[in-house]
Amino acid sequence: MPGVELIDVAKSFGSTEVIPKLNLSIDEGEFAVIVGPSGCGKSTTLRMICGLEPVTSGSIFIKDRNVTKAAPKARDIAMVFQSYALYPHMDVAGNMSFALRLAGRPKEEIKRRVDHAAQLLELTDYLHRKPRDLSGGQRQRVAMGRSIVRDAYCFLFDEPLSNLDAKLRSSMRTELALLHKQLERTMVYVTHDQIEAMTMADRIVIMDQGEIQQVGTPREVYTSPRNRFVAGFIGSPSMNFLDAQLQDERGELVVRGDGFRLPIPDRLQQQVQNTTVTECTVGLRPEHFFARNDGSGNLAALKLNVDVAEYIGSSQFLAAHLGEQAVTATVDVGPDAEPMQSGEYYFDTNRLYLFDRRTGMAL
Amino acid sequence: MAATDRTEVPARDYRVVTPYLFIAPAVLVMFAGLAFPVLQSLYLSFYDWKIGTPLKSAEYVGLDNYIRLISDPDVRESLWVTIRFGLWTISIEMFLGIALALLLEKPIRGASVFRTIFILPLMVSPVVVGLIWRYLFDARVGWVNYYLGTWFGIEPQVWLGDAELAFFAIVLTDIWQWTPFIFIIVIAGLQALPSEVLEASHVDGANWWQQIFLVKLPMISSILVIALLMRLIDVFRALEVMYIMTGGGPGRATELMSLHIYNRAFDAQLLGYASAIAVLLIAIVFVISISILLIGNPMKDKSDV
Repeated sequence: MPGVELIDVAKSFGSTEVIPKLNLSIDEGEFAVIVGPSGCGKSTTLRMICGLEPVTSGSIFIKDRNVTKAAPKARDIAMVFQSYALYPHMDVAGNMSFALRLAGRPKEEIKRRVDHAAQLLELTDYLHRKPRDLSGGQRQRVAMGRSIVRDAYCFLFDEPLSNLDAKLRSSMRTELALLHKQLERTMVYVTHDQIEAMTMADRIVIMDQGEIQQVGTPREVYTSPRNRFVAGFIGSPSMNFLDAQLQDERGELVVRGDGFRLPIPDRLQQQVQNTTVTECTVGLRPEHFFARNDGSGNLAALKLNVDVAEYIGSSQFLAAHLGEQAVTATVDVGPDAEPMQSGEYYFDTNRLYLFDRRTGMAL
Repeated sequence: MAATDRTEVPARDYRVVTPYLFIAPAVLVMFAGLAFPVLQSLYLSFYDWKIGTPLKSAEYVGLDNYIRLISDPDVRESLWVTIRFGLWTISIEMFLGIALALLLEKPIRGASVFRTIFILPLMVSPVVVGLIWRYLFDARVGWVNYYLGTWFGIEPQVWLGDAELAFFAIVLTDIWQWTPFIFIIVIAGLQALPSEVLEASHVDGANWWQQIFLVKLPMISSILVIALLMRLIDVFRALEVMYIMTGGGPGRATELMSLHIYNRAFDAQLLGYASAIAVLLIAIVFVISISILLIGNPMKDKSDV
């Protein structure tokens, strides 16, 4: 059952169209992450679900109710803002209980729910502090507590971790995932950070230029990206894209480019046979390069001219050239290896991706 | 041990005085401009001095001026007029200024035109304001009487010749001139409010009134306190408008503290006594300011939240 559904939703600011018709269905209880580069329309989409931004056309359903024209408070949603948006003149308890007090709930109920949320977020000792006396991470938790006490049907998060330092961010990621498990609520989370998307999402919605590029589980968007944008956006470091041609060499399908010739893996045989495209882009993820041929998989040799080898512990990050084109590779050579030199490297051709160079769509 | 051979860099040196040298010119100017006149009037308040006679020959009278001050009904009356004037003007100015700012805060069409018109009175010199309103309230040729007569059929009034009406006239003039001041400060405060907090209150279910009284006004409370404080001090300084409109009369109906001091000093030639009243005025303003700052400390809500 869809918890949040957007049907043909479009948004324009004046004559500038930021979101052409968008359709999205988020299941009840699902943790959906909308991810994309800045300016892709992800925040606008979230604000339209929230009701802070009116839609230009189309309709929005939350829990099977058409809320397209409803005020935010009538949508049974709670929102966590990027800047936390705490009320500076209220203490933590006041911030968390504000919505309940406005709704005129009985005092005992408010206290019970605030105490419960404070316990869940380990804020019990801070209930009577003002936001200015809290650290960034604590403020972040108060912002979440404010949503939790509402017991809303759907939680919306607008880049809530982007103001935290890296270490705190990763621990808050875990807390958020745990919170989702405990609350079992529909959550829509917006971020530009693909790591956050990959680690927390049940399903990832990848957006670019106001359009949804792909919707899928983290595994789906990583292993079968629909187009070149998704392939480049998901995964870190980013996928390498090399210009190449598809060729039929006496019955063997290969992809050939400057300095390389790779066989087409079984997984893509059918598609390549059926396509009329010859000009293509090959996608090679850095982590699928190997320094040695240990006989596993379908390894193909590639000659890399290594420009820089960066030591990152158990592996090395190579900035190199394959023919004339720059590639990056992460090779797992153990912590004691010398800096890697130019020479033969191996790529697992089962993990190769092909894109139509003109349309950018995956073959 | 190489480490012990190295010379130690002194932790502090003469440079600690450098910042004080930098602020010294400003402190000197402040002292010359602010502290010196205050101290001078304190000094003067212990003497009986008339203009035209050398200050050296002024007679030292000790606390006589202050003793006289305590039992002087005229001083008490002007203090009462000032307080009454302050209560009326400041409460109405705060209400109107805040209300207008809340109404014109949204970027609606024409709002900027209105904003510009609203702050015009602030740019007019108080002397000119006094002249304009003296003519407006003029009993024979004034517009006030003219329009009251033609629109409402009200008999012409001698506005500035009647104690109650004259007081009303200076209150109205003050509101006209100083409401824009509150307006401009409040609108600046409102526009500096973080939009996400206001959106959060919207999501939390606050309606328009609740958003104003539970979120917006509390968040700009420090600004309101500062505006209130500045207006309060202004009330005790107000002089030009009343001087020109009524000269303090009829009787002492519109004689605020500053005007009273002025009249005592230059009409009655009692410079020592006027100085003593001025010291009282400084003390009152000081006490009011400190207590407002203590009650609603404008700095305490400052943070990066």
